[in-house]
Amino acid sequence: MKHNLILRVTAKTLIPPIIIFALYVQFHGDFGPGGGFQAGVILSAAIILYSLLFGLDAAEKVITPTVARILASLGVLIYMGVGFATVLLGGNYLDYSVLADTQVAGQHLGILLVELGVGVTVCSVMLLIFFAFAGRGRP
Amino acid sequence: MLAIDLLSWFCLISGGLLGTIGAIGMHRFPDFYTRQHAAGVTDVLSAFLILLGLGLQAGLTLAAFKLLLIFMFLYFTSPGASHAVANAAMHAGLKPMADKQD
Repeated sequence: MKHNLILRVTAKTLIPPIIIFALYVQFHGDFGPGGGFQAGVILSAAIILYSLLFGLDAAEKVITPTVARILASLGVLIYMGVGFATVLLGGNYLDYSVLADTQVAGQHLGILLVELGVGVTVCSVMLLIFFAFAGRGRP
Repeated sequence: MLAIDLLSWFCLISGGLLGTIGAIGMHRFPDFYTRQHAAGVTDVLSAFLILLGLGLQAGLTLAAFKLLLIFMFLYFTSPGASHAVANAAMHAGLKPMADKQD
């Protein structure tokens, strides 16, 4: 309990910037390096860091495995939903150009939504894998 | 501009030199704690000097601000990581070499 005090204080100051950086990577991914996969991994790394220092039970209060499971499928649903929305609007599958009035705005909106789906799924699947491994010995 | 260039190159070279010294120390020292010492002492200042040199090249731009953010991140994590590794070794019962010999 006492021997990791320094790590706890360091991590407490670092976890919020890590989460903000994950959001930056997520939503800046169409202009710079980044995207949904990287952002999801960074966000789940923040929560895994939290659970390494404060225990698995505390981390599972932040995001329970049930919620993570729902989010994992929700991300795939967003991805698929964008694809089918473009089909319904008269384009090909995942042809973003038909999503908005102009082609550029449509591409922009489409890539943002698809990356959001990827980010949500990657983050929650990473957390689920971590929870499954870390919680092996528990009753 | 020559003065800034000279200062920036001085920072970059001394930062690189410090990193090299840390790497040599990590390679040559005999046991875990002394190696940890060599790496842990040099790495923050080496990173600071390199980032300062790059920041002087960048001037007052967004890139310099990003370099500052990288420095802040290293400033908090690097000593924390050194502490975590040394603490884990101590906790696992690894004795420093000086204690073993007498």
